[in-house]
Amino acid sequence: MSRTVYMDNNATTMMAPEVQKAVAQAQSVTYGNASSMHSFGREAAALVEDARKSVSQLIECRPEEVTFTSGASESNNTVFSIARSLIEKGRGKRIVTTTIEHPSIIETVKYLRKCGINVDQVPVDGEGRVRIGELEKIMGNDVVLVSVMTGNNETGTIQEIGQISEIAHRYGALMHTDATQAIGKIEVSCKQWNLDYLSCSAHKFYGPKGVGVLYSKKDAPFETYVHGGEQEHGRRAGTYNTAAIYGLGVAARLAKEGIKEEHDRLWAMRERLRTGIVKSIPDVVVNGCQEHCLPGTLDVSFPSAEGESILLMLDMAGIAVSTGSACATGSLEPSYVLLAGGLDVELAHGSIRFSLGRFNTEEDVDYVLEVLPPVIKKLREISTR
Amino acid sequence: MSDSFLADWVYTDTVKEHFMNPRNIWKKYENWTPDASGEVGSLACGDQMRVGIIVKDDRISDIRWLTYGCASAIASTSMMSELAKGMTLAEAYNITPAMITDALGGLPEHKFHCSVLGDKALRAAIDNYLESRNLPNPYKKSVAKIICECKGVTDQMIEELVVADKAKTIDELKQLTGFGTGCGKCVNKVTQYFEEMKHIHNK
Repeated sequence: MSRTVYMDNNATTMMAPEVQKAVAQAQSVTYGNASSMHSFGREAAALVEDARKSVSQLIECRPEEVTFTSGASESNNTVFSIARSLIEKGRGKRIVTTTIEHPSIIETVKYLRKCGINVDQVPVDGEGRVRIGELEKIMGNDVVLVSVMTGNNETGTIQEIGQISEIAHRYGALMHTDATQAIGKIEVSCKQWNLDYLSCSAHKFYGPKGVGVLYSKKDAPFETYVHGGEQEHGRRAGTYNTAAIYGLGVAARLAKEGIKEEHDRLWAMRERLRTGIVKSIPDVVVNGCQEHCLPGTLDVSFPSAEGESILLMLDMAGIAVSTGSACATGSLEPSYVLLAGGLDVELAHGSIRFSLGRFNTEEDVDYVLEVLPPVIKKLREISTR
Repeated sequence: MSDSFLADWVYTDTVKEHFMNPRNIWKKYENWTPDASGEVGSLACGDQMRVGIIVKDDRISDIRWLTYGCASAIASTSMMSELAKGMTLAEAYNITPAMITDALGGLPEHKFHCSVLGDKALRAAIDNYLESRNLPNPYKKSVAKIICECKGVTDQMIEELVVADKAKTIDELKQLTGFGTGCGKCVNKVTQYFEEMKHIHNK
């Protein structure tokens, strides 16, 4: 019996059936340009505004504070570009972020440094949590922006965004969080956390790919990143991707409605998987913080077995997961997120991320628990150690 | 899974086959004792191979191996063991990564350098065999390839300096060998090879 289990929901999710329907409908019927004045355009604009409202309710902000982008990578780039601009205008000297952000921030940091912008990266502790003491030490009145992700894509570790935001504001800095992995899994609130900026992507919470959100507080500085049109009040040029934006709105509504149940269901499955692995496979290391963790994420290292090999053997059995091993990416270095948390290089090479989502079932978990132990045993038998 | 699903793999069917059913595994519980063994790579760098050989009449009569690494590392060591079995020591010593890769029907570009180390582990085993029996090693020099033509610097010289901790930086390598001080054409190649050797020997 062949079976497929998709357990890579932190990479991307399947569109929810409700979203698929909405996107298809908008794609075929509401094809007007949302910027046009005629009825076709107005109909499209109505869908965009409907989505804006849904998103604002999900992340607790005002609709006019929501800008639609191509995804969290663009949103993150836009925020760092705003910070750069502020520094160049003499509004401060530094950006503060962490060592475990998504590549769209890590690489942007490298680029900005090349351009002469100062960026400090706060280290994390052994559980991948930002060291608040270190952050306090590194802060100063010359910091324009503090950017810390809400929940990590690899380990699922959640940061104290409310507390970090308070620290940032105490020093007069702006606060940004990349909430891409957290949306729909835990409560994310621009209001409660007093955020100036937030990024997210629709495809991580059962929406379409290629569309995302940049929240920017009403009076927070803004500088356009994609120039060329009056869309989004001139904040982001480019013809509205109406269908995708509408789909994002539907996904946002679904996420808000079921967040408590979704959280508890994902956590129960994740714990079933974790305890099952720990019980059936000797010598495993569970990575990240277990107390403050996104409910569907489980990152485990299997010493003496290499990640890409594990991934491909699971793939042969129809199971889709991710690895922090260097071999899977073609680079020589394994996951910087795991290394930043102090994990041994060998353990990072042997790490597997299971990320559960709305469409996973307990049967999926049990199937993984049936397939995984012999895979690890086999790889360990042929390993040099 | 259906065939079409597997067909979308980055690896060829031969790689897949050797990965799922590796040949000549050195099973820990069998108490197999080789005449000599060789090891290359490290767990930290993500790939490590250990190769054991039994030599009869100057030929490799039996070969077993263990590998920690990705699918192409496992498959390429498996394929190397199949190629080497029955070869004379001279033939086995001259197995190249390209021969292994060809026999596998090709590997993705980025996998070629970091994961095809089986030939190196085999050479280390042969070196170990000859050394432990106080026999001359006529092969070592014959497989060395010149990378810097002006100064006659070979890949083997670079590897030995890395292994012996004599060249820890590219500048130290330059001081010791004088590479790149002639026409300068080799600088990129030597630097890349030097970094590779540092990586696989965990330096």
